[in-house]
Amino acid sequence: MRSALVDRPIDAADLLGEIARNANGATVLFVGTVRETNQGRAVSGMEYTAYRSMAECEMAEILREASQRFATKDIVLEHRLGTLRLGEASVAIAVAHPHRGLAYEASRYIIEQLKKRVPIWKLEHYIDGTREWVGAGNVNPEPIAVHRPEVVTEERRAVRKAEIR
Amino acid sequence: MNVTVLLFASYAESLGKTSLVMPLNTGDTVGDVVSRIRSLPGAGTLPVEPLVAVNERYAKRDRVLAAGDEVAIIPPVAGG
Repeated sequence: MRSALVDRPIDAADLLGEIARNANGATVLFVGTVRETNQGRAVSGMEYTAYRSMAECEMAEILREASQRFATKDIVLEHRLGTLRLGEASVAIAVAHPHRGLAYEASRYIIEQLKKRVPIWKLEHYIDGTREWVGAGNVNPEPIAVHRPEVVTEERRAVRKAEIR
Repeated sequence: MNVTVLLFASYAESLGKTSLVMPLNTGDTVGDVVSRIRSLPGAGTLPVEPLVAVNERYAKRDRVLAAGDEVAIIPPVAGG
């Protein structure tokens, strides 16, 4: 497992290589990229900043949770900071697992938790020359309290096993 | 007795700084520090109950602070 904030372009192929093992039958790659419109406004680029030390801790914690919940250690997560152009990758998550079901679930869990908890912010630049902090309009959308990884019970494990067959 | 307060993104822009040192009284909580920050010039955009992290972990409003704590006021996060 590895998570990192990076100040250079993300190379998704590198991430895939990092988690490739013959024990795995499924690899899921998620790449988040800078989109050309947001809420109807034409975007020209995006600037990412973070509370670095805390963001790194939260990212590592999310991977630990995902690893426990979905039973794989073959996970790598990178989030880029700095100024990005349209189409560039801001985040990439690669998960490998013996079976696809849990690989998909783990990937989804990681991106959703990242968006909820990791102290990263983006300043959106628009074609018309204006700029805006994304999400700054929503005051405290939902409280973030202490996160306790869900304990995977034997029952749930059995359900998952059935799902991935 | 002091705490360091960190500001980020829209909050740092509003207040015109990324950090400040704030004197602390015994028993002061996260909520007390937030109230004091909200009274500073430019703090109008800060919600009454912003997310706060103490020493890099999310903390509740009634958390009692200790000298030297790093208190980060966290704007709505927008990673991804």
